[in-house]
Amino acid sequence: MNDSLDPRVNRLRLDKNDGSFKVEEGENWNVFEVFHQEKRGAHHEHVGCVHAPDANLALIFAKEQFGRRKKCVNLWVVRSADILAFDLEDEDMFANNPDKTYRDASGFKVMEKINKFKAHTK
Amino acid sequence: MQLQQAIQELITKMADDELVIGHRNSEWTGLGPVMEEDIAFSSMAQDKIGHALALYRILEEHFGGTHPDQFAFLRNAKDFRCCHFVEMPIGSYDFSLMRHFLFDHAETVRYQALAQSKFAPFQHLAGKVKGELKYHTLHADAWIIQLCTAGEDSRWRMQAALDNCFQLAGGLFEPGPAEDLLIAEQIYPGEAALYKQWLSHISPVIGKAGLVLPEMTSPVYGGRTGQHTPYLQQLLNEMGEVFRLDPEATW
Repeated sequence: MNDSLDPRVNRLRLDKNDGSFKVEEGENWNVFEVFHQEKRGAHHEHVGCVHAPDANLALIFAKEQFGRRKKCVNLWVVRSADILAFDLEDEDMFANNPDKTYRDASGFKVMEKINKFKAHTK
Repeated sequence: MQLQQAIQELITKMADDELVIGHRNSEWTGLGPVMEEDIAFSSMAQDKIGHALALYRILEEHFGGTHPDQFAFLRNAKDFRCCHFVEMPIGSYDFSLMRHFLFDHAETVRYQALAQSKFAPFQHLAGKVKGELKYHTLHADAWIIQLCTAGEDSRWRMQAALDNCFQLAGGLFEPGPAEDLLIAEQIYPGEAALYKQWLSHISPVIGKAGLVLPEMTSPVYGGRTGQHTPYLQQLLNEMGEVFRLDPEATW
């Protein structure tokens, strides 16, 4: 017996016990991750999430949720479930990173050259 | 009728529509069906009030009108020129959403026309609101289609909302006494032309949503001549309550 007061639960008719159960298109809302782009050519950066019946409405919600203040030129949304991530316990794969300083890009003295080039092209 | 006066009347009815629907839609703030929609709908309501302010400013700056705050908050219902459509209470969300859809497409075709107006402040404002209106109609279209394809009960409710709204929406296009003058002076193309463009904007969405567009048999007029529903005065009393405590206060 289901005695929820939540209409979202009640309309699922969980008490109906004839075995068949169909979720209509749009009935089951998804969570979408939102990525914000501050200017053209810049990276889209993750800013949060919205929940919506489909990607279209997710984008529409995201616009007011994350694009109504400050500068914004574009937004991406992607269904959270479509993101593949490592498990938390796999964090040990990255454990020795701090030791491998030879992989850091800090040794390169290229910045000087870049600045020089920039100054030259101005 | 003088052209100057005709333009002022055009601005006033547009601005009053924007202010009243903006206030109505803001009544959903905190009550929206989901948080994301609550934010989006409230934000668009603010935009409407912003459009009203911009129009009242034109009255003030170009025609020596009163300060926008005083013009908005101190007039009584009979001095307002909004149509009955925007005065109606928010009802349930299907009604408010359908009104938003019908109103914002009407607003869009109006500003598209004003972009070519011989009255320069209209051109400027039309350019300014273009992006906002694009979002508003995108939002409205997406919701209409979403709800009309979300099952029979949902589609039926949206059809009922459209039937309830449609004659009222006709009031957006109530012709004024100076239409011919405004058309001749290329201020705007007139209500009949806007109405036709509006139909061509909403029809594809209505079709895609599987709704049936009613016939416009008896558009609800009267608002443009100061005859209103009792709902308007109620709204004005509430909207101006704080302002009227001290109309001279600086905010």
